[in-house]
This record gives sequence, structure tokens and C-alpha cells, in this order.
Amino acid sequence: MTAPTKKQPVETQADLSAEIAELEKLSIEADAAGQARGDEPSRQPLLDYPPYRSSILRHPTKDPRHADPETIELWSPCFGHSDVDPLEADLTIAGSNEPIGERITVSGRVLDGEGRPVRNQLVEIWQANSAGRYIHKHEQHPAPLDPNFTGVGRCLTDDEGRYRFQTIKPGPYPWGNHINAWRPAHIHFSLFGRAFTQRLITQMYFPSDPLFALDPIYQSITSQQARDALVATYDHDLSTPGYSMGYSWDIVLTGPSRTWTEPEEGDL
Amino acid sequence: MSTPRIPTPGQTIGPFFGYALPYEGDADLVPPGSPGSIRLHGWVYDGAGNPIPDALIEIWQTDAEGNVPQAEGSLLRDGWTFTGWGRAAADLNGHYTFSTVLPGPSEEGKAPFIGVTVFARGLLDKLHTRIYLPEHPANTGDALLVSLSEDERATLVATADATGLRFDIHLQGDRETTFLTYG
Repeated sequence: MTAPTKKQPVETQADLSAEIAELEKLSIEADAAGQARGDEPSRQPLLDYPPYRSSILRHPTKDPRHADPETIELWSPCFGHSDVDPLEADLTIAGSNEPIGERITVSGRVLDGEGRPVRNQLVEIWQANSAGRYIHKHEQHPAPLDPNFTGVGRCLTDDEGRYRFQTIKPGPYPWGNHINAWRPAHIHFSLFGRAFTQRLITQMYFPSDPLFALDPIYQSITSQQARDALVATYDHDLSTPGYSMGYSWDIVLTGPSRTWTEPEEGDL
Repeated sequence: MSTPRIPTPGQTIGPFFGYALPYEGDADLVPPGSPGSIRLHGWVYDGAGNPIPDALIEIWQTDAEGNVPQAEGSLLRDGWTFTGWGRAAADLNGHYTFSTVLPGPSEEGKAPFIGVTVFARGLLDKLHTRIYLPEHPANTGDALLVSLSEDERATLVATADATGLRFDIHLQGDRETTFLTYG
């Protein structure tokens, strides 16, 4: 197989940052105009966000059509303890030795828009190792692979909607969007709600990352309040004495879900 | 807590999900070739008409009788239990394939469809759409299909082929798929 030809970027971070700043200014103006009309601010990323070059040909140009959710869309696939081994929530035990890097615990609650816990649902994560390297055949970053770290984990939320992973803090890594492009350290999260319409894939970031202002993927969310919702909090109570640092991060899934009643015996 | 709850924004699945999310049998809702099984497949394209090799497609559907499955084992794939949910990573040609059954109507007279979620590198949040069955008599009374122009409607109805159904997804362009919001 021949490797796909990669177009070498010519734009620098300064070019990109100028584009980001211009779009930021436009979005602040649009938000102000929207607020004057009483609109809710947009909290999702702009799908059309040219500073993220790969989005240019991959964003729909038409507004999505409104559909009334129907039966199948108001339910979610059912996962259970046969699907997930509790050990899959510990990403540090896959090898024969300890992985390299800062050991962290990441935990939080998955809630719906009404603040109710999303119970017994699948949470999947994947991430780079502490050197910023993924295990992937197309990964070209010349940082070392860690034989004791796969960077993949799964768990089910508990009765309070809580998830918990033991892992290693991922490193930032370079990517090909522009010259000197670096992604802030992040962990990818994949989540299911109580309805298929609540399905979410997102990224959790770490507090005070100097790369936030420079990163078009993070900046594609124009509301600062919504950006903040992607950033974990250092949580000393989650730190394990003499072992690992704790980060807490709650996730709110929105979208219509069926009228919630506690399932009764024989209901399912 | 009285602070307003901010919905967590979506982010791109990025290019490297391929070692994390796919799992054995993920695209086989029923064993290929089993009685009643169909192949549901198609290509995922960008706005230049190029196939997208790093897309992930998930489907969620009723069974052949129109029941919403509530059986565990979606990741387990015991080969017998129909859980209604599947996940397929596009291959290097942007092609995805599921082995499944035709969904039944959730209520008498309703147009059956398969729910779809699309993720891709370069796509900053998931997209939802529906796959309707070709020539299904209930399509003519379906509220969503009726509200669309002929061109838009055509993007939501699969095409029958020798092994089942073909449904292409265009993220952009002349044949841009009609994506849905449920707000």
C-alpha cells in the first residue's frame, strides 16, 4: 500500500491564530445580536470552522432538519456487565510493568440535561501516552511508544451516573493542520445516554493548558462557558496518597429522551 | 447545585479512534448469510466527492417485527442475540458494511427506519440521520419524508441492491445527506 500523499501545511501558527481571532470576534458580535433577540447562545462547536482545515470539506452546508424523535430514537442500546470487564477501567494494568508518566484518576458523573444521573451506560475512552503518541499505524509522531500502555479503556456508569478511570496523563502532540500545530493534552470520550439522540463523542482537556488559545479544535466552540465544560478540574480528594493525581469531570448529555420512569419489573 | 448545567460540547472523533472503538463483530447485528439477513452498506464522501476513510458509522434499529431491542451484549456479540446496535469503521475506500435485518415498523403503519450516527475526523460534532427502506408503502405518510423536497428525501432512502441495501452518506456537496436535529 502506498501511503496517502500528505499536503504539507504552509500556514504558520500566527496565520492560524489570526483566523481564530477573527472568527472569535465575529462570534462575539453574533452572540450579542442573538442575545438582544433572546436567543440561546450556541454551545456546540461550529461544524464550519475553517481554521480546522479538515472541517472544510466535511461540514454539512445545510441546516439540519427538525425531526420528531420516534420510538427507536428515544431508546439507547443496552449494555451490561457481560459487555465490560471492570478491569477495563484501569488503563495502567495492560502491560507487565507500570506505564511511564503521571498516574491519574479521572472520574465524574454523566448527567442528562435535567441533572439526572445516566445509569449503566457505556463510557469509552482513548488517548495518547505520556509522550503524546497513539498506538495507530498512521501515527507519525516520532515519540516513543510505551509497551505498557494501550491508551484504551471502558466502563459502565454506576447508579449515580459515575464513571472512573485509572490512567496516565496524555502528552500534547504535533499534528499537520499548520506549521507548529500542537494539540492540547486530551482524552477522547465516547458516551451513550438514555436515548440514541444523546450519543456524544467529545474530548476532555486538562486545566490551564497553554495550547487552548492556539488550538482550532478547542476554539471551534465559541462560547467560553461551553469550552470550560470540556476542561477537567484538579480534584485533590480524588488523588490517591502516594500514587496518583485526581481529575474530576462531569458530562451533560442533552437531546430528547423518552419520558423517564423507573423501569418496572417486566418492563424491559 | 443551582448552577445551570452546560451541555457538554461534542468534539471530533479524530483520526486515531481506530484502535479503540471498533471491536470484533461490531458491524454484524446478525450473522452474515443467516436467514433474513441483509447487507447494509455504502460509502462516506466529503464535499469534493472523495471517500472518507476515517469515518465511523453507528446504527440503531428495531428488529424485523418492529420491537426496540433491550437485550445486553452489544459488545459481546454472542452470535444469537439481536441487540439492534452496530458500529462500523469505514475502510480505506470510505466503505462501510453492516450485516443486519430489515427493521419493522415501531407501530402499525409507521415507516420503519434505521437510526444513524456519523463521526469523522474533520467533523466537529456527530451527525444524525435516518435510513428509510426503498419503496416502503408507509414512506408516503411519514412526517419527516413528506416535509422534504424530492432531492432531500432521496438522500434518506436506501437503494435496493443484490444483497440488501445501499446507503451513501455525503457530508457535503450536491448530494449532501439530510441530517437531523431533534431539539
